[in-house]
Formats: sequence, structure tokens, C-alpha cells
Amino acid sequence: MGLLSPTVSITQYRVEGQLPSPVNEHVAAALKKNAIDEIDNEAIEQAVGWTSFDDPYQPDFEGSRFVIDTVWVFSLRIDKKSIPTKVLKKHYNMEVSQRLAESGRDYLSKMEKKQLKDHVLTVLNTRIPATPNIYDILWNYEEGTLWFFSNLKSANEALETLFTRSFKLSLVRMFPYTAGLAAGLSGPDKDCLDQLKPTLFMG
Amino acid sequence: MLDIAVAYHRYQFIGDEFLTWLWYIIENDSQLLSRIDKELASLEIGSRMVLANRYQKDSGETVTIKGEEANMDEGLLALKKGAMVAELNLLYRSGDHEWRFNLKGESLNFSSLKVPETGKIETQEDIEGAVIEKVFLCEKIIGLINGLFKHFIKLRVSNDWSAKIVPAIRKWIAPS
Repeated sequence: MGLLSPTVSITQYRVEGQLPSPVNEHVAAALKKNAIDEIDNEAIEQAVGWTSFDDPYQPDFEGSRFVIDTVWVFSLRIDKKSIPTKVLKKHYNMEVSQRLAESGRDYLSKMEKKQLKDHVLTVLNTRIPATPNIYDILWNYEEGTLWFFSNLKSANEALETLFTRSFKLSLVRMFPYTAGLAAGLSGPDKDCLDQLKPTLFMG
Repeated sequence: MLDIAVAYHRYQFIGDEFLTWLWYIIENDSQLLSRIDKELASLEIGSRMVLANRYQKDSGETVTIKGEEANMDEGLLALKKGAMVAELNLLYRSGDHEWRFNLKGESLNFSSLKVPETGKIETQEDIEGAVIEKVFLCEKIIGLINGLFKHFIKLRVSNDWSAKIVPAIRKWIAPS
């Protein structure tokens, strides 16, 4: 579900820290450096990187294309290859049979089996295309806020890792405790927040 | 600051208390809602509510109430037994427009957020306008919930929470 979908899911973040000036150029360079790599025809199983919001299959961050009004809009793309278990099993068994026939033996060592499985995975990964998943991001640098258009745990974790690596800024997910700390409480009130225990309304 | 994963689980109850308080406010103090959002016409409980009993001895029970005309008595009964609201579907109205969304207590995540219809995108140039419009419409809800949460958390760490708010909520759950 992307930003322009009829219904959206949003996870809120706070971005802490400052970027070097000029910020637009810095962000463009960081996006470009960590843009998604195409892994079709490669033995790689998964790729995670930034892509353009308006053209997610051809990442392009030139000319501040990611700047809309006062915010930065771009996307996280996670490309993953999923080899069906039965396909993997079939090709692995074919390889095992061939290796046994060639060697004239009736068994393979644990190490040989692992090597064969890795070989089959490599061959199959080069033959199947990756499935792309795209998650939109809206970053308001002035306000220090970022909206991630997904609640999926794995996608949020991928965002947090790539964001920190790309921009060297701290990305804090907003949930009750962190939202409480960001709510403008005084020092003593923050201490009080740390000490809270569940209220028993009834029961 | 605590480790994020530890803090997420340890203070999950704050989100459930927030949603329980929010239901109480919707039923009993619409003026507070209007003070926080000047353009609010109404905020109502929508078509789904999940209540969970996580913090008491016999915890583990979850009750889900669904449907446009859902009877919320079952929800109040669950509160009486010690449950709190864990997820809420809300319906917000402002002017002639309406927004619907789900809010989860433990994460404060928004899901299935449906905003009023925006203009059609026919050319590449329309995208920028559509994004600005969509952001403005999402901001209405996010601003409202963030504003309500700020109000709640200040109340929650104050003496008023146990002195005034909890007794009032208890009275609402089980009027004598």
C-alpha cells in the first residue's frame, strides 16, 4: 500500500540529528549511493535499497526529483527471490543422483551435500526473477519526522538499517514510550513515565 | 534511554490505556476533542474494536467486536472484567468529509487509513499535487491522534490520573 493508494498504513518515526549542507545534494548523493541494485540474472537472493517514488523500477535522484513541496518523498525497495521448496528439492535430488552416478559411490558426505545444495541455490537464483516490494517514505526534515507507509515488521527493520547506514542519522520509531518522551514532558515527568505501571481500571 | 525493544514491550500498556481513555473521552468529553482539533465535526468508534486482558492474573482473553452497528455493551463488559482497548477503528468527520482508520495501542501504528477522495492522476505532473493533497489529508488524522496522545501522556504522569481520571473512567465502566 503506497502513499497514493486508496488506503494506507503509516508508521511514524522521529529523525534525530543534522545533515551537512547543502542538504538536498547530500540526500541525493546518499540515495544514489544506496539505490537498489538489480539482482535478476545474479546469484543474489535479496536486495534492499532506495528507489524513486514516481518511477520505482528506474531509480533516479537527479535534479532533486525526490523533493515535493517541503518534504522528501522516495521509496524503499526490497527485491526478494523465493524458490519454491519443491523446486529446490527436485533440483537438489537430480544433482545428488548425478554426482552419485559420476562418482560410483552410494552416499555423499555431509559437506558434499551442503556444497550441492549451495550450488543448486546459486543456479536457481540466477534463473528466477526477484519479486519487488515497494514502501513509500515521506521525510519532513525541518520537522524531524518521517512517515513510512507500512506497518510490516520486516520492512520497518529494513528501513531502520538502511536509513542509518545511508544518512548517519538516528531514526526512532514512535510507539507509546518513545512518543511519550517526544511529547514535551519535563525532566521529572519523563522520570515518572519510566516508573509507570499498568492502571487497573477494573477487575 | 532504555533499549528500544525492551521499552516497546515494557510500556505496551500505555498504548492500551490511551485507547481505553480515548473511548471514554469520545463517549463523555467531546469538548476536549474539539479543543484539540478545532475543525473536528465528530470522532466516533467505527466498525471494529479489540479488547485484551493482558495485565491481570487471569490474563490472555481477547474480545473482538465488529460491525457498523456493533453493540459496545460487550466492550464495556470486557472492561469490567479488566480488559483494555488494544485496537480501535475510528471514524473522523470534518466539514463534509470523513476519514476512517485503525489505530493499534502497542505500536500507535495507523492502518487501513482511508481519507476523503483526492483528484485523479492523469499525467506525471498530477503526481506532485496528489502527494501534497494526500499528505494534508493524512496529517489531519496523525495530527489529531498525536495531539490526543500528548494530552493523554501529560495527564497520565500527573497526579490527576489516579485522583480524577481513573475514578471517572471506573464510574463510566460500572455506574453504581
